[in-house]
Amino acid sequence: MSGARGSVRHYLRVGAPAERIWPLIGDPTRLTEWFPGITDCRVEGSQRTITTATGLTMVEALLTNDPLAHRFQYRITSDLVHEHLSTIDVLDLGDGTSVVQYSCDADPAPLALMIAGGALDGLRTLQQLVEEE
Amino acid sequence: MGRKILFVTTDQQRYDTLGCNGGQLARTPVVDALAHEGIRYERAIPQSVVCMPSRATMITGQHPSTHGVWMNGVPLPTDAPSVADTLLRAGYRTALIGKAHFEPYFDAFGRFLENTLGSVGTTPPGGTHRGFQHLEMATHGVMGNLHYARWMRENHPEMLGQFYATVDADLQVNSAGGGDTGAPQVKVNQVPRDWYHTEWVADRTIAWLDGLDTDEDWFCWMSFPDPHHPWDPPESEMGRVNWRDVDLPVGYPTSPAAREALLDAKPRHWRLWYDGTLVSNYEAPARWVPATLTPDQVREVNARNAVEVELIDEALGRVLRAIAARGWGDDVDVIFTTDHGELQGDFGLLFKGPYHVDALMRLPLIWRPAPSAVVPPAVIRRPVGLVDLAPTFCTIAGVPIPNTFEGTALPTDPNDSRDPVLTEWDSALFGVDVHLRTITHDDVVCTTYLPGTVHDGTEGELYDLADDPLQHENHFDDRSRRARRDDLIDQMRTLRPPETSPRRALIAPV
Repeated sequence: MSGARGSVRHYLRVGAPAERIWPLIGDPTRLTEWFPGITDCRVEGSQRTITTATGLTMVEALLTNDPLAHRFQYRITSDLVHEHLSTIDVLDLGDGTSVVQYSCDADPAPLALMIAGGALDGLRTLQQLVEEE
Repeated sequence: MGRKILFVTTDQQRYDTLGCNGGQLARTPVVDALAHEGIRYERAIPQSVVCMPSRATMITGQHPSTHGVWMNGVPLPTDAPSVADTLLRAGYRTALIGKAHFEPYFDAFGRFLENTLGSVGTTPPGGTHRGFQHLEMATHGVMGNLHYARWMRENHPEMLGQFYATVDADLQVNSAGGGDTGAPQVKVNQVPRDWYHTEWVADRTIAWLDGLDTDEDWFCWMSFPDPHHPWDPPESEMGRVNWRDVDLPVGYPTSPAAREALLDAKPRHWRLWYDGTLVSNYEAPARWVPATLTPDQVREVNARNAVEVELIDEALGRVLRAIAARGWGDDVDVIFTTDHGELQGDFGLLFKGPYHVDALMRLPLIWRPAPSAVVPPAVIRRPVGLVDLAPTFCTIAGVPIPNTFEGTALPTDPNDSRDPVLTEWDSALFGVDVHLRTITHDDVVCTTYLPGTVHDGTEGELYDLADDPLQHENHFDDRSRRARRDDLIDQMRTLRPPETSPRRALIAPV
């Protein structure tokens, strides 16, 4: 392993333009609709607190929410994490489809695998939700 | 009423830890007796040398390239073929008690039933999970939400701190040492024997069997988490083996120069790991350097491992007595094996990784057919694979072998001919990837390497197991063996199933 920090990326092609996908991502309170295993999500200002199905509570700082670039970034600030940044990008391909990419950088590295692994299921749910609309 | 099946697995157990296989350290009279009455396989080989892919092979009857669990941290799809499901549909009652590990343990979002069922009960939602009607889970220690961990938390919370913490604060496999020698993954554990997970697995197995009607057929996978590290058996039992009296294993070269010369004759990642330059896989402690392993640490690890093996043997004896008391003795097939081996000092190494040698590849496998089937005892020397287990269970139950299964029922006749056995390794983690493809044909094992972080795809290993049982002489580049080597590589390419595409996502470290 190359160090304490891990970087993991997952992406899916979704059969919808970015404008149809973005509302689910850009609204930070809607996380529970598409990210499996997140049972509660509260937003106060630029802080979001999530609770997972295992009862774990994590506080996140919401860093970027850009509806033009279709980029959302957040950082977990709980003690469990030395450093973390997750980035969700929606890339409109111009043909009625988009690529939704979830990137996670974290120290400790195994956390990046776990968070991005959960997010991959989230991307699949997102794809299903949007394509069934 | 047909034959019932007790499938006993351990975790990370070497072939030579059983008395019937020549082991000198642990006393294993129960398994030895099963071997005497049944069939002992001298070269049982896993299709992967880490837990999740190997266990996925056991349940699906498929190679990793087919079931798609190419490394730890890749979950087996819940709709993958399952021999438990096949038996369930044939009328068998089914249970899995102990370590499952078809789904990742690191599961912060609680997405996998293996990790969540403990808070609900023992019957999965919908009635079955992978064909099992009853699941009670345990793993190494008391972390997480598995049934054993919950039971310990609820009944013996004062003992939780006695167990070794398998991962550290950085979520890496813990390298902290303990015991008398400071060996990694060793801890003195004051938990009473009756509360240790080996006993719990046997207790829960007996409880499940007690709930069955006498005339029911059943398939019970009793899966012990030991002797996989951490090596923290109940301290009350450590008097069985004094580590100071333990001989060093024959595979452990005592001189550092001899160790290094052996490692240098193998593909690069062997020596790189030994020196602490490259950690290619999550399963070995990331911060532990094998070159620091001392002879006394090897002795203490082996002593503790032997104690764990003895406790498993005694727990199995208890279950077999309970089975006999139910009047089932003549109608129960017992199959005992493990998912992969443990380096345990060989080449100066511990734990496991991309190293396809006997320490990890030669497994204990005993099949004691139901006495009512009147199968003569035998010793099978030809290689067999864990991929052959699922079709064997079907054969015992008298049900057709699903065409998704890739193995062949285990032989009972020493003269039966078999295809060579395949093993594969793939890992790709945080910038380091390693890929091995191995074929074992009678007494020869040949491994090729695919291009990866430290391999260019030309490397290989070729060992003659008859002349070189310790795999010290790598003949891969010997001119005199080239024809044999190339023939084995051709056979491997012919026999290997096509890979699942696209490759399943890695979603956790383990």
